[in-house]
Amino acid sequence: MYVAVKGGEKAIENAHAWLAEERRGDPGVAELSLAQIREQLSLAVNRVMAEGSLYDPDLAALAIKQARGDLIEAIFLIRAYRTTLPRFGCSTPVDTGGMACDRRISATFKDAPGGQVLGPTFDYTHRLLDFKLAADGAVPAAPSAAPRHEPTPHITEFLKDEGLIQDEPASDEPPGDLTREPMEFPADRPLRLQALTRGDEGFVLGMAYSTQRGYARNHAFVGELRIGTVAVEMEIPELGFAIEIGEIVLTECETVNQFKGSKTEPPQFTRGYGLVFGQSERKAIAMALVDRALRWEELGEDDLGAPAQDQEFVLSHADNIQATGFLEHIKLPHYVDFQSELELVRKLRREAEERLEAREAAE
Amino acid sequence: MNEYNFAYLDEQTKRMIRRAILKALAVPGYQVPFASREMPMPYGWGTGGVQVSAATLTPDDVFKVIDQGADDTTNAVSIRKFFEKTAGVATTEETGKATIIQTRHRIPEARLRADQILVYQVPIPEPLRFLEPRETETRKMHSLQEYGLMHVKLYEDISQHGAISTAYAYPVRVADRYVMDPSPIPKFDNPKLEMDAIQLFGAGREQRIYALPPHTRVVSLDFEDYPFEASKADHACNLCGAEDSYLDEVITDDAGNRMFVCSDTDYCRSRREAGHQGRLAQEGTA
Repeated sequence: MYVAVKGGEKAIENAHAWLAEERRGDPGVAELSLAQIREQLSLAVNRVMAEGSLYDPDLAALAIKQARGDLIEAIFLIRAYRTTLPRFGCSTPVDTGGMACDRRISATFKDAPGGQVLGPTFDYTHRLLDFKLAADGAVPAAPSAAPRHEPTPHITEFLKDEGLIQDEPASDEPPGDLTREPMEFPADRPLRLQALTRGDEGFVLGMAYSTQRGYARNHAFVGELRIGTVAVEMEIPELGFAIEIGEIVLTECETVNQFKGSKTEPPQFTRGYGLVFGQSERKAIAMALVDRALRWEELGEDDLGAPAQDQEFVLSHADNIQATGFLEHIKLPHYVDFQSELELVRKLRREAEERLEAREAAE
Repeated sequence: MNEYNFAYLDEQTKRMIRRAILKALAVPGYQVPFASREMPMPYGWGTGGVQVSAATLTPDDVFKVIDQGADDTTNAVSIRKFFEKTAGVATTEETGKATIIQTRHRIPEARLRADQILVYQVPIPEPLRFLEPRETETRKMHSLQEYGLMHVKLYEDISQHGAISTAYAYPVRVADRYVMDPSPIPKFDNPKLEMDAIQLFGAGREQRIYALPPHTRVVSLDFEDYPFEASKADHACNLCGAEDSYLDEVITDDAGNRMFVCSDTDYCRSRREAGHQGRLAQEGTA
């Protein structure tokens, strides 16, 4: 009886031992290596890096292995590790115009300098289970061509040159950092984009989808989606100039949205922006749609009361580590609170019954 | 775990948290935003309390952790082990021996002293949250002391149920200024909020820290004709016989029989060691 709440320490140890055993699964089946996860489950690795806000495919692979494939748990492991890392400084802004693109498509122009490059995409595959893959995963080498070396200009630049799309003036203002300062509302666009890029893919997808179905609809064309490698450069104070410290793969999406114009702005197209670590195109497109919806105020649009327009709602609930922690905390004991509610409900019922009896006696 | 700093957090982060704590002590009941860090335990599981404890602990401290009043509930065990590992501090289950006590949902029964610090884990720091979901609005309401909505809520409780139907996380007014959520402690504990020890409240996910300096005036909201009442189960502890402690109700058999025991396990143990016996003392200690 009362012993039920005792022995927590032993129970925790045993639970963890059992968890380790379950994670390993049947010891007769070969163990997964981190390289296998990194190479063959790379989109899972990408998601963990994006939402974990840490670009390290090997650590992400380790987190996925440790989390038994639960990606939110893996993201949590990465986030918790990330906070312990010292900061040496900031990189200079990456130049996505100089990206070595693996994939680059535009839905707004049939062709443009740099061309349409499908790259390694699930698009146009027929979603039929490939039973051959169950037995044999060997694939013939894909055909290859010599890479282009000239830069691939952003599609929106062509619209900008004509003045048809709203300009995004460059700024040297250092952006805020939501991992170092508590979020306050209203949040400016750099903070909103930070929250969205590390936000839960499912949540951001759902929010974006809601705008497509009419909750603050703002029809979006994928002006451009590009995936590829960019150089990361950092200014070294001792040197006085920036040097390349590595390369990362990014997915960037710019949407071109309709805009009727307002009192201050002539009719022109507007933009939504998505930028995510790794090959994460569903997330990048969704991010761009939600970014655009959140810009209603600065573009002088109406507040339609749609969830995706409400930055406090979107940004407060996009983080899956916050959400899952609070959701799952209701598993923790609450018997003290519950006891106080029990007492209260009993008291209220007693009083209600007494009132009823008194009324019956009076009648 | 030598690869981590004392009490896990790096010194800069601890300084940032200490600044928030000092501000919170200077403005009792005011929720100070702070840049909460991701901790290696989930949000909602005490990350705010853990960060406040980490910023407050020194190597000489003696640390105690309770959850629901008990030292041996699983999450209390987990947090205690975390600081044993990362800070190497001495831990205790005895309330009197602890210098810092981290708690979830209870205030210990034993009176705390001026040389002790009580750290609360807070899920939702905003007492007005369930009346107004927007942070931008509630911050405005606090700055204007616009607390009418809360009184209307309490009034509606009385008109519907004949009593204020808040049993835990019962709102208080601090130093005649801020309305504060004392975290989900049962309202039985509310009178104890005026105490000799420092009380610090940490909400990690919501990125807020607030505090009650010693001897701060803390008034549970009520009406003249419906005064606040600190209630508990109308029983004595079945193990130690205490009539003044908050009780947990435990279902003991398939027939639905109940026993009542102190939620504060250290209080119960110390009373039993002093020779006090409740109705089921023989059975319970077996």
